[in-house]
Amino acid sequence: MARFIALIASLWLASSALAAGPAAPRELQDLYFGEALYDAYQGEWFDAIARLDTELAQHHGLDQPELDTLYPYLGQAEFDVGDFELAYRMHRRAGRAITAVIEGNVAEPVRNAAIYRLARIYFQKDQPVNAQHALERIQGEVPAALRDDLAFLRAQVLMANGRFSEAEPLLQTLLDASELAGFASYNLGIALIRDGHEEEGHRYLDRTGLLDDADPASLAIRDKANLVLGDKLLETENFSGAKEVLDRVRLSGPFSNRALLGSGWADAHQERFDRALVPWTLLAGREVTDSAVQEALLAVPYAYGKLGVYSKAALLYGNALETFGVELDKLDASIRSIREGRFLQALTREELTQDANWVVRLRDLPETPETYYLLDLMASHDFQSALRNYLDLEQLRRKLTTWQRDLDAFAEIIEIRQDYYQPLLPEIDHAFRRLDSQMRLRLEQRDRIAQRLQALLVAPRPDYLATAEERIIRERLAQLERKRGAAVGPSDNFEARIGRLRGVLEWNIVTDYDRRLTEAHRDLGELDRCVEQLRQQYAAFVRTRQAATQSYQGYDETIRSLQLRIGSALERVAPLLARQGHQLEVMAENELTRRRERLAEFQVKARFAMADSYDRAARNQTRKQVEP
Amino acid sequence: MLKVFKVFVIVLSTLFMLTLFAHAEEVSREQIKGLDEQVQEIKGDVLSIAADLNQLEEKLLYPSQTQIAMFVSLADGEDFRLDAVTIELAGEPVAHHLYTFKELEALRRGGVQRIYTGNIRTGGHDLQVTFTGKSAAGGDLTRMEQFTVNKGVGPAFVELVLAQQSITFKDR
Repeated sequence: MARFIALIASLWLASSALAAGPAAPRELQDLYFGEALYDAYQGEWFDAIARLDTELAQHHGLDQPELDTLYPYLGQAEFDVGDFELAYRMHRRAGRAITAVIEGNVAEPVRNAAIYRLARIYFQKDQPVNAQHALERIQGEVPAALRDDLAFLRAQVLMANGRFSEAEPLLQTLLDASELAGFASYNLGIALIRDGHEEEGHRYLDRTGLLDDADPASLAIRDKANLVLGDKLLETENFSGAKEVLDRVRLSGPFSNRALLGSGWADAHQERFDRALVPWTLLAGREVTDSAVQEALLAVPYAYGKLGVYSKAALLYGNALETFGVELDKLDASIRSIREGRFLQALTREELTQDANWVVRLRDLPETPETYYLLDLMASHDFQSALRNYLDLEQLRRKLTTWQRDLDAFAEIIEIRQDYYQPLLPEIDHAFRRLDSQMRLRLEQRDRIAQRLQALLVAPRPDYLATAEERIIRERLAQLERKRGAAVGPSDNFEARIGRLRGVLEWNIVTDYDRRLTEAHRDLGELDRCVEQLRQQYAAFVRTRQAATQSYQGYDETIRSLQLRIGSALERVAPLLARQGHQLEVMAENELTRRRERLAEFQVKARFAMADSYDRAARNQTRKQVEP
Repeated sequence: MLKVFKVFVIVLSTLFMLTLFAHAEEVSREQIKGLDEQVQEIKGDVLSIAADLNQLEEKLLYPSQTQIAMFVSLADGEDFRLDAVTIELAGEPVAHHLYTFKELEALRRGGVQRIYTGNIRTGGHDLQVTFTGKSAAGGDLTRMEQFTVNKGVGPAFVELVLAQQSITFKDR
């Protein structure tokens, strides 16, 4: 029963997970977080987790994380990575991530949402007691969007722990929750039955079976409820009630074969074999690998026999016998095919993994007979988990192999870069050092000029702004004075002329001082613009120079370490892949063997019944000939 | 006869169900769990390799001073069908992408696609973005717009937000 509840729960969890999923923030500033969501929305869980892990690691490594674009979405990103890990079936890591959120300094609704997720993980992993303990930690405010889901999970966990009477009131409150339409009433029906309230339980199953909703999950739960209720009514010998309920099951749904079989039995139990033939004949024409169809192949001639049409019954038993023989051959071929490894090859076909309906498509492949009988097995939780793991391992193997090649290419890129840059760099560095010292000298000169001009604003010094020509003139005047001083005899005229010229020179320097000062400041501004350009070129050169070195230096250790890690991971993936594949093959082979044993017994039964029918037909014929 | 046949079928069915569960338990439960834990462990290790490899790849192939990354997203509430996006940078086609149904749905839900990562010099570069698709009314849709990417010292992140009527360029 616990398994059954878990199956129904997984149906609901799957539908709710699809419906909810992580939601993108309205205005997403962090593009790489958006990229992780883009991968997640396509079910590319590995890429989504790898991207978000990288983003989170970079964010946590920042000195000022509050300036990072991920900062506003940090809480959601950390939650999402847990959800992605869960979807990627990394329950242990998801559990740890969520536990970290719970134990962190977070608001009450966030904490409660995290506990809900943790409890869901436990429940999915078939640990209802741990799920119960987790749920008991939820206190205070719960996010509004989660209330119904939380109550439903509580009820499911209580049911899985056998506490049906406690689950009932919770489920009662959810009967009108549109998101849980059908699931709440179905579970309530099961809880009541398990709690000993058969009649009331039947009422809720009946209510679920009449659900008016076109949603695929609702249609599935409606069919399931009708099938379960029909079986219950058959058990309690309420055959007319069972017939009515079983006839509600859709003819095209996954439960239709079992419903048709049950519907026929409901008629047969009421001795209405002609009516029983309607669902059974319909069923007998369906895919013969289904166990209900195989049973119908015996049930149809049985009904004809009960109606006294022994010859028809004998013929149909003969047909069944023939069909069973063909199917037994097919099963033998399938078992051989699995042993030859073709089953795993079929499961990993790329075009199938792209198709959501791939399990059904698999049956259509002529070269994979082993899959004909495995639809039920493939739908089981254990097989699905094992298969997903196998496919994930295969994906990991491919990724690791590609990365190994990538790393080889990276090493080659680095080598080419090194061969190119290494001979060039010494000469470039030499030229750079020469230019660098020149530049420093000029910059020091510029600074001195700037300081002087600044000082002139406070204490004017016109002679500082004398032109080169004026300085030469001044020097020449001084020379003339010195020469004259050494010559014999004074000349008033000479000294007066020198003094006049000196006066003119000083006059020009002093009167033109303001204009010169303004011009000097303007020239300094122009110089500063050139200096700024120079600095930019300098910085660009330094960056490019650094980039040239960084393009081939410092990777050796990282690449070596990654090569080792990839090699070691590949060594671990290969045996795991083989073990997982073997497990799948064993499960498939066991299933086929069981089906084979059952079919062989059916064959014996058909052979016996055919002989019996021929006898009866012959006796009838004789009786008719003897009677007047 | 009915009783006999019914009993036969019920016994067979019960046996079948019992053997089914018995086999499943005996073959798999513990083994599946043990193997599952090992698979989870290797997944964690490979994810950690992937994160380190992402960083190495970015540093080696797209250093920050030359890196440009372009992202495509759909404007909020857009219901046109996006078929393809083509991007030309400085007159050269650098990206062309045809969208699958799953990719389109992911964009509609708010996902952001990194369509191109490459290297360019600092300075201004012409960018031409073209997309084709079908409008909500069913008509053919082709839109082309031109922008300028100004690449600075750090990495350039460009987001192209597509709407039926326009393409919005966001330089980040």
